[in-house]
Amino acid sequence: MSDLRELYQEVILDHNRQPRNFRVMPDANHHALGHNPLCGDQIEVFLHIDNGVVTDVSFQGSGCAISKASASLMTTAVKGKTVAEAEKLFHRFQEMITAPVESEPDETLGKLTVFAGVREFPARVKCAGLAWHTLHNALNSDDTVASTE
Amino acid sequence: MRSSLDPYRIREEFPILRQKVRGGKPLVYLDNAATSQKPQVVIDSLTRFYSEDNASVHRGVHALSERATLAYEEARRSVQRFIHAAEAREVVFVRGCTEAINLVAQTFGRQRLQAGDEILLTEMEHHSNILPWQMVCAEKGARIRVVPINGRGELDMEAYARMLHDRVKLVAVTHVSNVLGTINPVREMIAMAHERGIPALIDGAQAVPHMPVDVQELDCDFYAFSGHKMFGPTGIGALYGKAALLEAMPPYQGGGSMISLVTFDRSTYAPIPQKFEAGTPNAADAVGLHATIEYLEGIGMEAVAEYEHELLEYATHTLERVQGVRLIGTAREKASVISFEMEGVHPHDIGTILDQEGVAVRVGHHCCQPLMSRLGVPATVRASFAIYNTREDVDRLADSLARVREVFG
Repeated sequence: MSDLRELYQEVILDHNRQPRNFRVMPDANHHALGHNPLCGDQIEVFLHIDNGVVTDVSFQGSGCAISKASASLMTTAVKGKTVAEAEKLFHRFQEMITAPVESEPDETLGKLTVFAGVREFPARVKCAGLAWHTLHNALNSDDTVASTE
Repeated sequence: MRSSLDPYRIREEFPILRQKVRGGKPLVYLDNAATSQKPQVVIDSLTRFYSEDNASVHRGVHALSERATLAYEEARRSVQRFIHAAEAREVVFVRGCTEAINLVAQTFGRQRLQAGDEILLTEMEHHSNILPWQMVCAEKGARIRVVPINGRGELDMEAYARMLHDRVKLVAVTHVSNVLGTINPVREMIAMAHERGIPALIDGAQAVPHMPVDVQELDCDFYAFSGHKMFGPTGIGALYGKAALLEAMPPYQGGGSMISLVTFDRSTYAPIPQKFEAGTPNAADAVGLHATIEYLEGIGMEAVAEYEHELLEYATHTLERVQGVRLIGTAREKASVISFEMEGVHPHDIGTILDQEGVAVRVGHHCCQPLMSRLGVPATVRASFAIYNTREDVDRLADSLARVREVFG
């Protein structure tokens, strides 16, 4: 049960129940689709980028608690960041969830470190990463569907 | 009346089931529709073949080759007996059910389909009974039509009757749904197709391990199944085809073993079934399949079906009482597969929590994405039972679902 509590921390359960920025953005100027073929989860990320700054970000889709909470926390983390900063965050997040279990999570990631728990659950790493891969494609105006495979 | 089958005695024959997982929890294996575990006799049969009889079959004149060939052909006869085929040459060894269907699509399908023709599938087909037809239809300009299901997960037989018309060149339907557990009325469906001269292929992957199958009584034209879902090895399965149909079909792959005479200009092919078995065949796993068939014959498929039906009823009643659980697939004729969802919790999260309790289920789309769309769910949790599962396993599943509620509130 302790591993489960590590995975399903209160922050994650809260963002699953009440995902932030969970909406379609009709005037988005960047957007991308993401798909996890393993479980069928789909996500769509919308961005409004003005002068290199992410002024608004939202998402919609269906997914498990991990993928939904990850998407929700991602939107709160990248809002107001420059494109370069958001890109950097994507790489640091990806590094954290794929790092060896015993390594200390990058504390500068703040709240996002709650997802370090997925390292104990290899099958769930992709759930945490899906929104971020989709964000990466949206930031780079890549029209291909982001995939966790 | 309780079934004569004793699951506790059967469990002892499956070494993998003795283990504890996730910090000392006894393993409850409920992912049998994906793949089944293997009894010791099957594991031993592989060791014995490689220790004593291994050689290339249908080639050498030496002692080992003779023994290996004999064992391989005995395995074919065991499949014939098990599914009640008229002749052993109607049994083609393949890697599994997927390859069996691809074989028919690439030979029978490519030979017979023309632009405007139709293949009838159903909404509950596995991707392995969709993709092979999509590929050949794209090549030939033919199209797939899909028989709908009702809310319980049963086929709409009136729609099926209407859809059977002269453009239909094949009906390809699953015997048992891997998601809903529905046992389809395939005998009736085959008879209806035959009235219009349309042949029928039955995907038997989920039926053969759980109930008696008689291909002559069904009168199907093709029947496909895998060894690994019926307690046999991976990498071996069988395609049954009526001899006249198999004989009229072109070969599947070219190579050794499937020929009669070869020159650089042209070749003639071996008679069936060798015509469809190019290359060195998977003799060891065919021998393993023989062992699993003998194992199941020893238990009796009637007893298997009866026991699993009792277990299904117990599991259905038990899960219906778990708060927030909604069963998906409530057909009147069902095999031992239960799909469900739980209010407010995604199946993936349920799967992870059950796993921490030692309970192995499948979560996801089960290679049935069109069915998931039809059901309006992204995924389901699926518990699928086999002869070694007990009522205690069902209780462990139900108790573990209570833990899901604890985590998610």
